[in-house]
Amino acid sequence: MTDLTKLSLADARKGLKAKSFTATELTGAYLTAIEQANPALNAYVAVTPEQALDMARASDEKLAKGQGGTLEGIPLGIKDLFGTKGVHTQAASHILDGFKPEYESTVTSNLWRDGAVMLGKLNMDEFAMGSSNETSYYGPVISPFRAEGSNANLVPGGSSGGSAAAVSAWLCAGATATDTGGSIRQPAAFTGTVGIKPTYGRCSRWGVVAFASSLDQAGPIARTVEDAAIMMTSMSGFDPKDSTSVDLAVPDFAAAVERGVKGLTIGVPREYRMDGMPQEIEKLWQQGLEWLKAEGATVKDISLPHTKYALPAYYIVAPAEASSNLARYDGVKYGLRVSGKDITDMYELTRAAGFGREVKRRIMIGTYVLSAGYFDAYYVKAQKVRTLIKKDFEDAFHAGVDAILTPATPSAAFGVGDEALAADPVAMYLNDVFTVTVNMAGLPGIAVPAGKDGAGLPLGLQLIGKPFDEETLFAAARVIEKAAGGDFAPKAWW
Amino acid sequence: MSVDAATVKRIGRLARIRIEESEVASYQTELNAILGFVEQLNEINVEGVEPMTSVTPMTLRRRDDVISDGGYADKIVSNAPLSEDNFFMVPKVVE
Repeated sequence: MTDLTKLSLADARKGLKAKSFTATELTGAYLTAIEQANPALNAYVAVTPEQALDMARASDEKLAKGQGGTLEGIPLGIKDLFGTKGVHTQAASHILDGFKPEYESTVTSNLWRDGAVMLGKLNMDEFAMGSSNETSYYGPVISPFRAEGSNANLVPGGSSGGSAAAVSAWLCAGATATDTGGSIRQPAAFTGTVGIKPTYGRCSRWGVVAFASSLDQAGPIARTVEDAAIMMTSMSGFDPKDSTSVDLAVPDFAAAVERGVKGLTIGVPREYRMDGMPQEIEKLWQQGLEWLKAEGATVKDISLPHTKYALPAYYIVAPAEASSNLARYDGVKYGLRVSGKDITDMYELTRAAGFGREVKRRIMIGTYVLSAGYFDAYYVKAQKVRTLIKKDFEDAFHAGVDAILTPATPSAAFGVGDEALAADPVAMYLNDVFTVTVNMAGLPGIAVPAGKDGAGLPLGLQLIGKPFDEETLFAAARVIEKAAGGDFAPKAWW
Repeated sequence: MSVDAATVKRIGRLARIRIEESEVASYQTELNAILGFVEQLNEINVEGVEPMTSVTPMTLRRRDDVISDGGYADKIVSNAPLSEDNFFMVPKVVE
């Protein structure tokens, strides 16, 4: 029998329907792969084999009767940020030690409703704060990719590093992820996978551990554009329990994948041509435009003048919201408690021991910019800049642009424990320079593998769309995926 | 704007995070690096620009002010480090 874990989600679905194999066999194959690979890659922080096999058996019963949902019997990995009833949910933080929610997040409920099988919880940067998956309390995720001729460990990106590594290394058919400043698209680009951050409001935030509520969005990471579209259709939808969830019909995103780009206008923002950007990224970007043109799209130069201010504004807005959201971790309601001489002492010691350095740094920045005397100078100013960033995009779309093509990241994956990045927090933040604008404007963005660098590491392109027009992104990303035609599978070394 | 050592300690107290004396200097460096980075926002003229309060053009939904959920205190306290009779237990707050 062929290795079931190597099938795309779409092909696995066909095989299950045709009874070529059972959901129990497929799930078993993934569990074996996880058992073998996880000691090296550290992609999962908790594996749930019994639950997975129970869910798979239930799927097999439905499939045997010709029933079942759109994801019936498909084994998925779930980022540790999603609340999963009775199962490890700790945002990869020490402060949530032992937390097992009494509820299920809306997004994962939707996936189980459609028949998906949960393999376990995926590693991530602590509270989704990071671009390398090195801030996890459970240690870094190791990328399944290595530079040609090198044995050095690379990062899978972050914060959804466990999701990206697990999908790329065939440890799940697809994974849930979240994106606050680039946390789906940057790891997808680093691992040769497809990741989409939907429009803000498309996926419910209910039951997902909050980082920066005005920016957080859930989305899928998968091995193909079609797989990502199939997952996203299931994950999306109106939820009265999330006050920012949008009451809008969910299209069948997979139906849009082969729609093509004929007649579309693709914007090329000049502000994304950064000083010191590697030649190969610039070349990849041009190549992507050629591919879209060859399929009938028109390319148009555009300007998004406030691009360079998105990242600094983000580093006010996101920490401010985080400092407020993370105030709930106080050693009283759940997770870790460190005793002190009085209640304030207990709070301070619990939070000092429970949060990692990056999280503490961001809470501190957030507390500072929200404190008396600084609120207007920092927070209100950043909110005004956010209005300008959004207007840049609106102007481009009003001028007839259907989608915007940019590089996904300023470089390929870097090494684990990179000293220059460790010494300078701002240098690490620059990883999100091309993705963060999209969160600030609430738009959808997809990262699709498009080429490789000189060392054989994957490079991604990003497409940015109009609000709630994810369908155009799937169609355009599919054109790039087809044209790139590359094999973005890692060479298994683990 | 930059922060001094006293400000680092003050922020730590506001955030309820114990900052040890030995950590103050490195926090000060890191926070000032980030504040230096966001300083470039001063280049932009935001005169007359509305601050963004909602990224999607929507007004928050309202619902009737009625009890729609609850009645499971045992579940609420089930993850607490210390609880008794469905109450969270904390060190003495009032003398």
